[in-house]
Amino acid sequence: MTDPNSEHDGASDAGVPAAAAPIDPGDGWFAGLPAEDVDDSTQPTHARIVDGTADEPREWPRLAVASGFAADEEDYYDRLHAATTGATRASVRERERADDRQLIHAVRARDDCERVANELSERAAEWSGSLFDDVDPGIEGARAVAGREPSGELERRAIALSERVVGLADERDALATTIDRLAPAVAPNLTEMAGPELAARLIALAGGLESLAKKPSGTVQVLGAEDALFAHLSGHAPSPKHGIIYTHEFVRGTPPEERGSAARALAGKLTLAARVDHYSGERRESIHADLRARMATIRARSGSDGSDEGGSTGDDEGNEAENGTNGGDTDE
Amino acid sequence: MSDRSLPDGVERHEFEDETRLATRGPPVYGEPTDGDWRAWDPERSKLGGMFELGFDTGLTGGETVLYLGAASGTTVSHVADFAGPTYAVEFAPRPARDLVEAAEPRDRLFPLLKDARKPTTYAHVVESGVDAIVQDVATRGQADVAVRNARFLADDGRLVLAIKARSEDSTAEPEAVFERSLDRLRNAYEVLETARLDRFHEDHLGVVATPK
Repeated sequence: MTDPNSEHDGASDAGVPAAAAPIDPGDGWFAGLPAEDVDDSTQPTHARIVDGTADEPREWPRLAVASGFAADEEDYYDRLHAATTGATRASVRERERADDRQLIHAVRARDDCERVANELSERAAEWSGSLFDDVDPGIEGARAVAGREPSGELERRAIALSERVVGLADERDALATTIDRLAPAVAPNLTEMAGPELAARLIALAGGLESLAKKPSGTVQVLGAEDALFAHLSGHAPSPKHGIIYTHEFVRGTPPEERGSAARALAGKLTLAARVDHYSGERRESIHADLRARMATIRARSGSDGSDEGGSTGDDEGNEAENGTNGGDTDE
Repeated sequence: MSDRSLPDGVERHEFEDETRLATRGPPVYGEPTDGDWRAWDPERSKLGGMFELGFDTGLTGGETVLYLGAASGTTVSHVADFAGPTYAVEFAPRPARDLVEAAEPRDRLFPLLKDARKPTTYAHVVESGVDAIVQDVATRGQADVAVRNARFLADDGRLVLAIKARSEDSTAEPEAVFERSLDRLRNAYEVLETARLDRFHEDHLGVVATPK
């Protein structure tokens, strides 16, 4: 077990002359790291754990001692513990942050799928309506057409077009499921407060969790006002002073005269939630309790206890209203 | 179901008025504790289930272990309580965050954010000749993961594996899935014992094997 020859053989295998050092550590994570008095929670150590590779494992504890990296095996394992916990904690944090990019891709792809599905469904319905009886408009109409058996080339094409609509709508739903799963991992507090859909939209509008966390709450309050303005001009939504947080039940369910206060309070807590998510990543109960208390106060002022209509489905309803708007608009 | 198959450091301990599998160590997931002892829930742990079912795992306590699919550290924390140096590989960041918390107070538990299908990404950290590989990964190709990681195992070491049928093929019969997995496993291992874990984990097969 302590046969020095085998150690020299091992070093030669790694392509380094055995004479260069008493023992060569080969590909071991500790290769090239200073032997003594170093903090194993430092960047170079992390990089070795995270980015290093080796074709085959070796007796690293023994090699680390033989190469002078560690005093003995116990010392080696102590340092390995510090290095692996530090490196893994750092890369977990990095990976979770990077995931906000994926969330943004998912929410934008979902919007694209929805927009294109709606648009294409109109063409499909118009064409199919000229070939078949009883064709309903929209995605459900396309779904019914897609199940038909075509006779002739024209029917085949019209049905194939409806199948594309259905495929896009299914992908939109699949993306929504992905967003539901991803959002709580990326931003647990923001998602708990706003729901996965709104949380993902706020992150996308801000361009990332970090930039959302750095925005003043007044900016968060009006994020996405472009969309709300469009809805407003189409006559289906109030003026865009709330931005996208209007879709939250705390704003929509509050009587109009107190809605400004509600939007301001909600934006404040959402900003705080984004900051906790970005800087700590842990769930913090106090901000959720604070928001509930604040909302109770605001609604009590107006003599209303607030309406719970919409509730957790508030976001979905908001989207359907927008879809309807899009559809209605292009119909005319 | 005698305790002769339990490693040193794993005991049946009295909690309130129930006798349960237990190890000694800092609590991890809100499990019942009694002094240093903390209950090991066989419903939440494939390895715990295998101990309850009397598998001869070959684990005796104090050995070096490579744990693949550590998730948030529920099972591997118990392993680190009775084993020696324990390497814990987990691929998903969110559970790995909890795994680091479980590893913090256990000075011989080494958490690694790595893909168990790619052993070369951690062969520079995990030592050769480990006494046991414990595997509970929920990806396709579970037997393949075990085969690829055989390079870490000592010649007389043990593979303690839980195969989840639904991870391989959610439509096929579990028995057929298990047979295919065992065939693949036999490329690198001699299978010593198999039994269904259904009492604790539906559609899972427990396997103990040793390198060929």
